[in-house]
Amino acid sequence: MSSSARGLWQALAGLAAGLLFGGGLAFGGMTDPAVVQGFLDIAGDWNPSLIGVMGAAVVVSFIGYRLVRRGPRPWLAPAFHLPHEYNVDAALLLGAALFGAGWGLAGYCPGPALAALPALLPGTAQFVLAMLAGLGLVRLWRAWRADQPTRP
Amino acid sequence: MSGFQLPLLGGALIGLSAVLLMATLGRIAGISGIAAALLPPWPEGALWRWPFVAGLLIGPLLAAAVLGRPVVAAPPGNAWLLLAAGALVGVGTGLSGGCTSGHGVCGMARLSPRSIVATAIFMAAAIATVFVMRHVI
Repeated sequence: MSSSARGLWQALAGLAAGLLFGGGLAFGGMTDPAVVQGFLDIAGDWNPSLIGVMGAAVVVSFIGYRLVRRGPRPWLAPAFHLPHEYNVDAALLLGAALFGAGWGLAGYCPGPALAALPALLPGTAQFVLAMLAGLGLVRLWRAWRADQPTRP
Repeated sequence: MSGFQLPLLGGALIGLSAVLLMATLGRIAGISGIAAALLPPWPEGALWRWPFVAGLLIGPLLAAAVLGRPVVAAPPGNAWLLLAAGALVGVGTGLSGGCTSGHGVCGMARLSPRSIVATAIFMAAAIATVFVMRHVI
């Protein structure tokens, strides 16, 4: 396969995966913050439907990943790119807690917030801009810290 | 249990998306990571992320056409609350290296200890936040 043909197939694979993901979020109800907050409100009128979304997504990925990883490499790329960090550190704990707080406040996690953009609803664009700014800030901080000389 | 059919279908489609991305490109379907890589400087071999995000934006429009009703609703709260929530989600997923998709779906499916810990914490923090908002304040 020529490199330009491979690039086109990679783009098509990305598009197909994005369509499945965005459609899945919408069918599952995750693009409605009221459904998400109803799921998180275990002390109120609890809406358990997101257990179905998360559960089905994890089960399908669990089985599919095991089938896929039997192959030597992905179909359109030279190697699998898997996270190679294993330690639970302070950044993971603090980051997960901050993310959970923001998710609860707005009922949006990153996927549904992006998926909601075309509807041009009030508040979605602010949320996404602040989210991208936060992600960019962490990247800048990581790059700055990597440049610091290590202490003896 | 008919109320669970669409959530199960939605979850299965998200799982298929994650499997397709791993099978074709060898990548984790983590939305916060994909969103972060849209910001410059662009990492090498990142071009697939733009069509992925395009699909992510178009997918709900197709779902709305299939279901014959709107699927997207506005978030609660005023602009300042949503700016704060967005900043928390951006900084938080940046620091922890994943969100509901990367840690909660893909990482859980890989039985990654980091993802299992992260998912437990962000679920607990989100439940606590909604509890305070709805039952304390």
